Amino acid sequence: MSIIYLLLAISIVIAIGFFIVFIISVQKGQYDDVYTPSIRMLFDDELVKETPKTKPTKTEKQD
Amino acid sequence: MSKKIETTTCYHCGDLCDPIEIISDEKSFCCNGCKTVYEIFSENDLTCYYDLQSAPGTTPAEISGKYDFLENQEIANKLLEFDDGKHQIITFYIPTIHCSSCIWVLENLNKLQASVTTSQVNFPKKTVRITFMSEELSLMQLVLLMSSIGYEPYISLEDYTSGKKAVDRQLIYKLGVAGFAFGNIMFLSFPEYFEVNEFWLDRYKLVFRWIMLLFSIPVVFYSGWDYFVSAYKGLRSKILNIDVPIALGISVLFLRSIAEVVFDLGSGFFDSLTGLIFFLLIGKYFQQRTYSFLSFERDYKSYFPIAVTRIDTYKNEKTVQVYEIKKGDRLLIRNDELIPVDGILISGNALVDYSFVTGEATAVQKISGDKLFAGGKQLSGVIEIEALKSVEQSYLTQLWGNEAFKEDKVQAFNSLIDSISKRFTIVVLAIAFISTAFWMYHDSTKALNVFTAVLIIACPCAIALATPFTLGNMLRIFGQQKFYLKNANVIERIAKITMIVFDKTGTITTNKKSVINYEGEALSEQEEVLLFNLVRASNHPLSRQLYDTLSVKEIIKFDTFEEIIGKGIEATHNGITIKVGSAKYVNYSGELNSLQTSVYLQLDGKYKGRFNFQNTYREGLNDVFEALNTNSKLAILSGDNEGERERLRSLLPKGTTLLFQQNPQQKLDFVKDLQQKGERVMMIGDGLNDAGALAQSDVGIVVSENINVFSPACDGILDASHFSRLPSYFNVSKKSLKIIKWSFVFSFIYNITGLYFAITGNLLPVIAAILMPLSSISIVVFTTIATAYEGKMLRKK
Repeated sequence: MSIIYLLLAISIVIAIGFFIVFIISVQKGQYDDVYTPSIRMLFDDELVKETPKTKPTKTEKQD
Repeated sequence: MSKKIETTTCYHCGDLCDPIEIISDEKSFCCNGCKTVYEIFSENDLTCYYDLQSAPGTTPAEISGKYDFLENQEIANKLLEFDDGKHQIITFYIPTIHCSSCIWVLENLNKLQASVTTSQVNFPKKTVRITFMSEELSLMQLVLLMSSIGYEPYISLEDYTSGKKAVDRQLIYKLGVAGFAFGNIMFLSFPEYFEVNEFWLDRYKLVFRWIMLLFSIPVVFYSGWDYFVSAYKGLRSKILNIDVPIALGISVLFLRSIAEVVFDLGSGFFDSLTGLIFFLLIGKYFQQRTYSFLSFERDYKSYFPIAVTRIDTYKNEKTVQVYEIKKGDRLLIRNDELIPVDGILISGNALVDYSFVTGEATAVQKISGDKLFAGGKQLSGVIEIEALKSVEQSYLTQLWGNEAFKEDKVQAFNSLIDSISKRFTIVVLAIAFISTAFWMYHDSTKALNVFTAVLIIACPCAIALATPFTLGNMLRIFGQQKFYLKNANVIERIAKITMIVFDKTGTITTNKKSVINYEGEALSEQEEVLLFNLVRASNHPLSRQLYDTLSVKEIIKFDTFEEIIGKGIEATHNGITIKVGSAKYVNYSGELNSLQTSVYLQLDGKYKGRFNFQNTYREGLNDVFEALNTNSKLAILSGDNEGERERLRSLLPKGTTLLFQQNPQQKLDFVKDLQQKGERVMMIGDGLNDAGALAQSDVGIVVSENINVFSPACDGILDASHFSRLPSYFNVSKKSLKIIKWSFVFSFIYNITGLYFAITGNLLPVIAAILMPLSSISIVVFTTIATAYEGKMLRKK
């Protein structure tokens, strides 16, 4: 059998795989709020600035 | 406390620090609440809050006993999303969320309270989802914590009755399937477009075609299924809606393509088929997107509280769910709480604000034995009432039983596209049959080919896209202009309005400031200072309004001060007694004006004069009415008394109908009556008393000073600051319809070009594959540019 059938099958399986990933991410609500994460991302920098002060207490709480 | 001339702004909330300024940590605050929040944040290393945005906070409201009902396990269980005895998850709606600092502090709640495990904000919806350990922190403590930092959750009866709504993501899945198949089919069919006789292509052509066929099956039967359903429903009720030719086009495309592949006649039109459905769904999605932070479906439930304090025969207080209130129950209503049922006042001083339920502009004083209606807000102290009815049977809530609330306005409206699609379908079918008959006679082998080709090419893809893209764009442009519409269909309905009915209180008047005129002896500077300080110390709404209009800034200390609730206030300073209050309180015996709200002033036992409170109409009201009057009839329906009739007469264009003392049911009937006379009515209101008329009208618009607080069910919410723009919104709605009509003209030109190929029997897949997306994309581009231009003109004005 020609190799093209195998290649076609692989490409379609990969495409469908990505499609399933997309459906799952929609299902989990990843696209429900597309605004807040863009702001949340910026906060990590702010937190780093004050970690020397808060870190000891923070780790205590978590342990 | 200081006597500063220049005013500073609060470090926490940004309000003017006036009249009191509290200085702490070298920063100024407008009240103790703001200072406390700042202290909480600084103690917990959360001052970063203020780096993200300047003055981000909101003043925390004073609360006591307001959230006691959360201790009631049954109510708490209804609100919680998840509870395993150890962890609880709850989602709060917090109207005060407004900036990035809010997100930051709410997501760092665990720094304030270690028992909070995680918290996640959804900014567009203004909600926060909190997971906390219920053994260490009760739900009530959590709510109190959030209130103390200025993020008070809004919990209403609606949260209790409606379960968690499932999010409908069907359209995204359908769009995903169509897009996925469309992309893959385009790849697979690309080689065939050029009809090169190449060895590899010839050999594997069939495989490619079968794969395309497989890909298109879910697109037709899943993504495109709604079109078949809608067409079927339309046909059954004898309406040729736009989905009829679409469904016809899809099925013919699909069947002919299958036939071509099975009998090895050609490559089929799978690319055009999937592309068509994909574009149509994009249009649908574009139109559907709306404002997640607003709700257009609210009824009294989202305004009413969940629970109320009941006093049993042994004088024990217990919080109960409002649905459990029975006739004869004794209820305790605290300051700023809502009266949930009709009842009789037993004890306490009732000052009830009915502006939202009846349209009365000023709060009314009630004495023991008076009847109180559900929906009023108690403004002065604690009162006790006896319930006369249950919640659903109360005067106001009964309104929701009316049929007007069950009608679907979109269904009832005959839109532009419906009237066009009817003629369109008939013409297309006629062309298809005539050309088939012609070919039957000349060359019968081509007849079937021509018949299907006509139906394929005439599929009104571009027409179906013109409306969603134009109206969807307009919806967004209106949104930027603070005019939030429920769906795109409303724009079309606005363009066809013939009569506009306004509510008075809160709609054309503003409750932010009022005009107060003084009648009587002129006051000396010293007397003005006395008056200013007297009203400053009182929390009565009229005192607050009077205080706002006085411009004295000197603060003095009274020797004595007394507030007699329901009557007035009195104080002495250096031997001078000042009394402000009702006519009776100051022993005023002159002529009274029962239609006007007045406050009387007495100095040292002598009557000085009175302050008359007048409604303040919104800025530019006159121009708005003049502009609207050119195209439509106007009317005003007020729940208030006739005190303002003459003033309104002078403000409004001649021929405006003025009706006063209208109850909610009368308002609804008035609108219904107009509709029966053939008018298409727009109702513009603000409160629960307009809810019936808003539901009955063709377009119901709510004017709101703060779009985040409650507004009754409607088709659109207009921010009060943009009230004067109303006429231009009307114009733009009409222009949108013109844009759609032009788009129709363009798509007809495409259709005629396509029909030329179809009728002559030369429709190749490659022509269909070029013509269909080209027409769709050019329509989208045209509508986008045209609406953007209109939006620009709207902004300029």
